[in-house]
Amino acid sequence: MLIINNLKASINNKEILKGINLTVKAGEVHAIMGPNGSGKSTLASVLTGREYAQVTSGKVSFLGDDLLEMIPEDRARKGIFLSFQYPIEIPGVSMVNFMKTALNEHRKYNGLAPLSASDFLKVMRDKKSLVEIDSNLTNRAVNEGFSGGEKKKNEIFQMALLEPKLAILDETDSGLDIDALRIVANGVTKLKTSENATIVITHYQRLLDYIVPDFVHVLMDGRIVKSGTKELAYELEEKGYDWIKKEVYSEEKI
Amino acid sequence: MCDTTNIYTTLYNNNKDIFAASDPEFITKLRSDAMKFISENGFPAKKDEQYKYSFLEPHFGNGYKRYLAPKAIEFDVSHLFRCDVPALDTHVIILVNGFYFDKVNTLRTHENGIVIGSLNEAIKKYPALIEKYLAKSYSNTDSYVAINTAFASDGVFLYVPKNQQLEKPIQIINVLLSDEELMVQHRNLFILEPNSSAKVVVCDHTLSPVKFLTNSVNEIFAGENAHFDYFKVQNEHNDSVHVSHSFINQDTASNCRSTTITLHGGVVRNNLSVKFNGEGCENHAFGLFVSDQNQHVDNNLFIDHAKPNCTSNQQFKAILDDASTGAFTGRILVERDAQKTAAYQRNSSILLTDEARMNSKPQLEIYADDVKCSHGATVGQLDEEALFYLRSRGISEREARLMLMYAFAFEILNEIKIEPLKDRMSELIEKRLRGELSRCNNCAMHCS
Ligand SMILES: Nc1ncnc2c1ncn2[C@@H]1O[C@H](COP(=O)(O)OP(=O)(O)OP(=O)(O)O)[C@@H](O)[C@H]1O
Ligand SMILES: [Mg+2]
Repeated sequence: MLIINNLKASINNKEILKGINLTVKAGEVHAIMGPNGSGKSTLASVLTGREYAQVTSGKVSFLGDDLLEMIPEDRARKGIFLSFQYPIEIPGVSMVNFMKTALNEHRKYNGLAPLSASDFLKVMRDKKSLVEIDSNLTNRAVNEGFSGGEKKKNEIFQMALLEPKLAILDETDSGLDIDALRIVANGVTKLKTSENATIVITHYQRLLDYIVPDFVHVLMDGRIVKSGTKELAYELEEKGYDWIKKEVYSEEKI
Repeated sequence: MCDTTNIYTTLYNNNKDIFAASDPEFITKLRSDAMKFISENGFPAKKDEQYKYSFLEPHFGNGYKRYLAPKAIEFDVSHLFRCDVPALDTHVIILVNGFYFDKVNTLRTHENGIVIGSLNEAIKKYPALIEKYLAKSYSNTDSYVAINTAFASDGVFLYVPKNQQLEKPIQIINVLLSDEELMVQHRNLFILEPNSSAKVVVCDHTLSPVKFLTNSVNEIFAGENAHFDYFKVQNEHNDSVHVSHSFINQDTASNCRSTTITLHGGVVRNNLSVKFNGEGCENHAFGLFVSDQNQHVDNNLFIDHAKPNCTSNQQFKAILDDASTGAFTGRILVERDAQKTAAYQRNSSILLTDEARMNSKPQLEIYADDVKCSHGATVGQLDEEALFYLRSRGISEREARLMLMYAFAFEILNEIKIEPLKDRMSELIEKRLRGELSRCNNCAMHCS
């Protein structure tokens, strides 16, 4: 589904991603962990087409298309979804209008007729219950005055509506209370099929108890320096990143 | 004496006998005083502080035709307006080129004593009442107001007696219709006695593709505890120049709102002056314009807190595209005795291109010490992060931009308290932002 090949990207001429290689197949869950500032969110930005990070080399193919050539909205319509680490507030744009427009753009892209107002409201209702999000949130402007946790919940609500092929969850667990974490994680799990894939960016193993990864990668200083199975997450939780640093460092010396 | 002053002096001298023949004496006096003001002061110069963003004199010196009495115009109202706010039940008044169009019901007195009609008629019928108010909004202001006083002879008159409420809003439709370049000056006078209320909706339309110059004066007198809601939507073509002056005079505990929405226009200058003559007043002023091409829109406010315990609030917004230009000046004067004043002002603008320009100048002048005032101005672009957020959900860049622009405008639209009008304006603003609003959209004539 997604093949990232030697991807390098810079912000203000400073290289942040230094050659990422990653392949994600349908039905898989990949977790990406790594120290603060290592480039995890930058990778998510590059994949969704945010312009502040410039790709300097490498290729990304998504469902057979050259992803880096596509404009952000086409990437989304084709099935990429990012749950933002810091969702922003957009006063004056209602959640309902936002999601209705987004959903109908997806449908148009897939050759489907737009949903009627009543059908849309029905879909809204179903998805709301999936993430147990309150109506008084979805009746407001996008994220306006939402608490940190509510914003994260709202991201997953949007994901539920848009049913992406590849969901990238950037620290969706941060800011969620214990119950909300369970609800959101279960929501994500319910959306999981053999047709779609998920990349979970997180600092904590806890989330991975709910969303069980097939692979765990460690991103450090712009590179994936170690990959493993879910056991690697436990190891990181226990030992931190220092031992990997040493490992990488000694390898480089050889 | 400069050329423009000459033009109006000559025009006045050639016509003053005709005016005097039908005007009551106090009007004759107002006209000659106004002419005197013009010859002493001339027209605001290019560097004049009040007009530096809109140098208007060249327009006033231009060769526009100026009719001092209505010119016969064939005009079938019935097929003209399928417009404007279909769901809104109003008393409709049509002014064609500044003159009262309905020749049958020029002045109507309703059961409760409310009078609605032509100012020209009202001057004949209620001279004492008119004399008490007309041109009493100001001691002296600029020569644009003065030429209106000197030459205007018609417009809308509204009188709401004590304790009466005008239930249905008055809708004044200013139609500009001419086959030659035309200057139009009308004068509206709204008198609300204590404890009365009224709502007025004004729509400005150009219906022919010739140049128009409008120079209108509105005077509003809100008596003690009166409530007045004034709404103005400007929808004129790119060759039009529109200068409006509104004076709101508020007595104790009165509450006035005004909303000015400029959808379209060539050069637009709106002056709004508010004066509190009693304590406990409230004034809310809202404005929104959308401009493109080479349009120019300038809102100039003067809020005079002359008395204590009054609140004023001004929110003006603008979206400027192409090489359009805009200006905002908001002067709030808190006089020495005006303790416990609360005054809030905000002006924010979005520039969609590098060529678009906005000059924003909030001004606070405070002579009292116990006041709460805040003001602020921002000029910026659409929020790139918000834009990306919307696009990352599959919304096209164009649609995302529209959503953000509409969201920006919505804050003002949301202040429109007449529900059908709010819906209609929201729809028009959306169309305008989409570039789908031709100025004659709602009229059957479809002149180009
Ligand atoms: N807009 C930006 N301008 C300049 N530098 C940036 C920008 N965004 C990110 N960076 C820098 O790029 C590096 C990688 O940041 P990134 O957000 O990708 O890290 P991260 O791995 O997601 O970290 P965290 O775990 O804290 O979320 C950091 O050094 C950061 O300061
Ligand atoms: Mg991050």
